[in-house]
Amino acid sequence: MSLADVSLVLIAAGMTAYIVLAGADFGGGFWDLTAGGAQRGRPARELVQRSMGPVWETNHIWLIFILVLTWTAFPVAFGSAMSTLYVAGFLAVAGIVLRGTAFALRGQAASLPEARLLGAVFALSSVLAPFCLGAAAGAIGSGRVPVGNAAGDPWGSWLNPTGVLVGILAVLAGAYLAAVYLAADAERAGLDELRRAFRTRALGAGLVAGAVAIAGLFVLRGDAPALFEGLTSGAGLVCIVLSAIAGVTTLSLVWRGRFAAARYVAAAAVASVTAGWALAQYPQLLPGLTVAQAAAPHSTLVALLISAALGVLTIAPAQLALYRMAISGELSKPIESS
Amino acid sequence: MQALTIAAASVTGALGKPEQHDLLLVRELQTMSFVFHIPLVCFGIAFPALVLFVEGLWIRTGDALYKAMAKRWSKVMLILFAIGVVSGTILSFEMGLLWPNFMATFGDVFGLAFGIEGFSFFAEAIFIAMYVYGWERFSPRRHLLLGVPIVIAGVTGSLMVISVNGWMNHPAGFDVVGGRVANVDPLAALFNSHLWHELIHMYVAGYVVVGCVVGAVYARTWLRGNRDRYVRTGLIVAVTVAALAAPVQFVVGDWAGRTVADDQPIKLAAFEGVSDTTRGASLHLGGVYENGAVRGGIKLPKALSLLAQHDPDALVPGLRSVPAADRPPVNVVRFSFQAMVAIGTLLALLGIAYVVTWWRHRRLPRSRWFYRLLVASGPLSVVALLAGWTTTEVGRQPWIVYGFMRTSEGVTAASGIGFAFVVLLAVYLALSVAIVWLLRRLAHRAPQAEVREELRLRPA
Repeated sequence: MSLADVSLVLIAAGMTAYIVLAGADFGGGFWDLTAGGAQRGRPARELVQRSMGPVWETNHIWLIFILVLTWTAFPVAFGSAMSTLYVAGFLAVAGIVLRGTAFALRGQAASLPEARLLGAVFALSSVLAPFCLGAAAGAIGSGRVPVGNAAGDPWGSWLNPTGVLVGILAVLAGAYLAAVYLAADAERAGLDELRRAFRTRALGAGLVAGAVAIAGLFVLRGDAPALFEGLTSGAGLVCIVLSAIAGVTTLSLVWRGRFAAARYVAAAAVASVTAGWALAQYPQLLPGLTVAQAAAPHSTLVALLISAALGVLTIAPAQLALYRMAISGELSKPIESS
Repeated sequence: MQALTIAAASVTGALGKPEQHDLLLVRELQTMSFVFHIPLVCFGIAFPALVLFVEGLWIRTGDALYKAMAKRWSKVMLILFAIGVVSGTILSFEMGLLWPNFMATFGDVFGLAFGIEGFSFFAEAIFIAMYVYGWERFSPRRHLLLGVPIVIAGVTGSLMVISVNGWMNHPAGFDVVGGRVANVDPLAALFNSHLWHELIHMYVAGYVVVGCVVGAVYARTWLRGNRDRYVRTGLIVAVTVAALAAPVQFVVGDWAGRTVADDQPIKLAAFEGVSDTTRGASLHLGGVYENGAVRGGIKLPKALSLLAQHDPDALVPGLRSVPAADRPPVNVVRFSFQAMVAIGTLLALLGIAYVVTWWRHRRLPRSRWFYRLLVASGPLSVVALLAGWTTTEVGRQPWIVYGFMRTSEGVTAASGIGFAFVVLLAVYLALSVAIVWLLRRLAHRAPQAEVREELRLRPA
């Protein structure tokens, strides 16, 4: 495995972390959108607020981590992809900003109309951002991002069957993960009604996501044959099978109410899809550009990987401690006056 | 007169030569994003130290008033950090969305800095969450310790970002072979020679801005007649920080100016509008640069030479020593430079007045004008900060990588920039309204709401 491959693995790992952690935060917004009227939906919304509060910034930084790694390790691919996908990129970033802000504000909203407006912004942008990011990934996966400065179609590259499919899958995966996490949080907080509600939602979202994923394979066969070929043969196929097994397992764990275990298995399902995508494309990064060709010089990769290793060693314990505290509900709400 | 050559070895962009008719609009879009983000960075650099200082006072004295203040400030810190996270995300995206050819050509040279910055960002997010959500969970000492990594991450994060800016102004760590970037040395790029003065200049600016902005808030309350211990404490902590930092900025600014004079003489020439290479160049306060000379304003003979080289008769290369296409727009750079220096001087004088009053009388200044100026110093310090960045960034033009790549070559070839501009403008306006609304809401709650203990608000 070359240093460029190691960098690619690191980027894929960052993507997995981003989908599993921040994707669930987007999913929280999705459930906010569908929680029902202001009165009926209030307990669910409060749970979303409490679960996301301490961790969403940390979760979000995985995205910056991915961007930074990509532009350092694969600068030409980064410049090409970002310039072609600028419409999706601007929409995603607008969604991310509005969502973060609406979330921060909503906890402070005094009146019901205020909370409603902010909640609507929060929820809609929570769907917009993962859809655009997923569709951008679909654009790269289906080979619609050529090498060059804004050389591809700014709309057609991501608004096509593959892009839309991956965008919808991103939204659904987030919704599923969020429902699992929220069911676990509700259980710990002794909110039995919410636990049941989110268990049902998790099962629903999981089944829909699974169905879309299976149907998606047929979409890929017609729309992105090279990707389909990669996903249905060799190592790509192994990953897809692993992901399917993990998907069924996590659903059965949710069925039996074992939410904590379900979240790890769900993470494994996401990781194997990401790995499958990478393997299906390998060694092509963009059409006509292989991983080895796109890679930064040796000196840069060495420095990048050493600093990444040191960074992970210093940050990981702190991050795990934060998640442990957040999961155990030890962190209190700060922005609320007593 | 020797001709200067800036363009040492031109680099061919990895993505070819872009066609972009709206270059100015792209630059303005980028400017808008920085104008929003950079003031927040100041709060990332300096505010955690202030919060920890006040918490330290609480631990030492046991006075609940300090806890209430540190807790309240930590919430402000969290809000500004959260907004900074999202506006920082916009900046990360814009690197690729607006400057793909710059990234494609040089990303592997300077990218390492951003990689390390990413980890600083992680550390900041993790420890801010633990710190702000953990007020009632940890013992006071442990809680204070949790804040230390936030301060450190503020330094390392800004160090890394400023390293990239220093590198754009004074590129290092690569060779150009046949128009292509080769022999990349990422560590040499990281520790380029413009890093240190830019870092310290920005770091001190962070303390000036935070001290002035926080001080302005309490000065306004003070002028409205609320002078209880809480307001007084907030005022003293913030203003003392600004008063100590502002004069230091003079020394750092001088260092920065001399480095620019040595490394980027054409930028220095634009600070004043020196057309022809001159010995004993003068400086004008105010005035406008037109057709190769400054009209109006107050002339200070030999001041620019003195400033640039600490020698009144030093040679200052003029703008005309390079082709017109290699010169930055003079008036923007001039006005920004003068605004920065003028406001910096005012703030330093205000700081000295404060320190002297405290030294001689052991009390706060009594004049209402002092407090009115403090209120003004909040927005003024932000203007000075942005003016300073405008000076260095517009002064770098027309280069995105000084001497190696033009801004017009680094830019995206995408169309529809106007639409993106309008969308982001709306986003930033919404963000600004949101910050003001949130902070006002927080400020309207009595400090008593932060702690269970009774607060002693009357002066002792």
